[in-house]
Amino acid sequence: MVEFTLPANSKPREGKRWPAPAGATKIRNFKIYRYDPESGENPRIDTYAVDLATCGPMVLDGLIKIKNEIDSTLTFRRSCREGVCGSCAFNIDGVNTLACIKAIEDIKGDIKIYPLPHLPVVKDLVPDLSVPYAQYRLIMPWLQADTAPPAGERLQSPKERERLDGLWECILCFCCQTSCPSYWWNGDRYLGPAVLLQAYRWIADSRDEATGERLDQLNDPFRVFRCHTIMNCTATCPKHLNPGKAVAEIKSLLAKRMM
Amino acid sequence: MELRSSLGRARGLGSAKEGIGHWWAQRVTAIALVPLAIWFVLAAISLLGADYATFAAWIGTFGNALLMALLVIVLFYHAHLGMQVVIEDYVSGHAALITTLLIVRFALFALAVSCLLAIVLVALKG
Repeated sequence: MVEFTLPANSKPREGKRWPAPAGATKIRNFKIYRYDPESGENPRIDTYAVDLATCGPMVLDGLIKIKNEIDSTLTFRRSCREGVCGSCAFNIDGVNTLACIKAIEDIKGDIKIYPLPHLPVVKDLVPDLSVPYAQYRLIMPWLQADTAPPAGERLQSPKERERLDGLWECILCFCCQTSCPSYWWNGDRYLGPAVLLQAYRWIADSRDEATGERLDQLNDPFRVFRCHTIMNCTATCPKHLNPGKAVAEIKSLLAKRMM
Repeated sequence: MELRSSLGRARGLGSAKEGIGHWWAQRVTAIALVPLAIWFVLAAISLLGADYATFAAWIGTFGNALLMALLVIVLFYHAHLGMQVVIEDYVSGHAALITTLLIVRFALFALAVSCLLAIVLVALKG
C-alpha cells in the first residue's frame, strides 16, 4: 500500500548521544536507527562518536567497534565481513548497500545507518525478511529436470554457462528488493527485483527443464509487471549486478513465447 | 491478526497467467503513436491561425480524417493501458481499485467516442 509518511509510532526521534572517549583523535559521528519492540517507544536515532584512528576502514568495522566498545545493545546482522554473505545490508548514507564493503571515507558528514526500507523492523537494524524469503521459495530456486540424471554431472557448454554470469553472483542481501518503490507499494504481490533476478537465473539455466512452468508462474500483472524500469535495483546493487535487465529478459521471453 | 504463513501469503491467489498481453499492447500502441504524434504536431503547426472552414476542409479529406481517427483510437487505448497501471500501483483496497478503474475506463471511452464523432461530423458537414 502506498504510504508517503510513517505511522505515528514509527517516526524516529532524537536519541542518545554517546561521546567519544578521552584522547580520541579522529572522530566521526555514526547516526544509527534504534528500535526496541519491548520498550513500546518510538524508534530513535542514536549518535555515536567513533574514533576512526582505532577503527577499521569499513562501515561494518564502525558498527562492530560500537557494539564492542560503546553500546553492546546495538543489534545488527553480520557474518562474512567481505561481501559474500549478504547479512549486513543496511540503508547507509541514504543508499542500500553492504556495510562490510562500504568504506567510511567514501561518506561525507555523519554516517547515517538505517534498516533496509519498508520492511517490518525486528530490532534496531534487523528487518523481518520472512516475506522476501517466502517469495524466493515461491520461484522454486532449484534445478528442475525430468531427464534422468546422468552418471556424472549435468553438462553445460561454456557458452551456456556464460548465460548465468551476472546472475549467480547474487547473494540475496535484498538491497535491490527494498530500494524498489514498486516493491514498497505492492510488495505483497510484486515479487521484487532480487527474487525476479533469481527466477531468471533458473530460467536462463540450460540444465533446467521447467522454463515454461516458471514463466507461467511469473506471467501476472503483479508478480512481474509491477516493474516499471525505475532501475533503483541496478543502481543500488552492492555486487554491481543488473536486476533490471533480468526482469526485462523475463518480460521479453514472455513476449517471445506468444509470438 | 493474521497467522497465515509467509509462503501462503506470498503465493496468494496464484499467478493470473496473463499480464504479457497488456504489456505488449502498451508497447505496440507506443510505437504506433510515434509517427501519428509527429504527423499531428506538423498538421497542427500547418493549421495555426486557420479559420473553421479551412480546418473543416482539411479534416474532410480521407487521409487526414483517417489519421486523426487512428490517432484518437490509439491514443486513448494507450492512455487507458497506462492509467490502469498507475491506478493498480497506487490505489489500494479492492473496492476502491475497481471503482477507480471503471470510472477512468468509462471516461476515456467517452472521450475517445466523442473525438471520433467530432471528426465524422466536422468532416461530413463541413
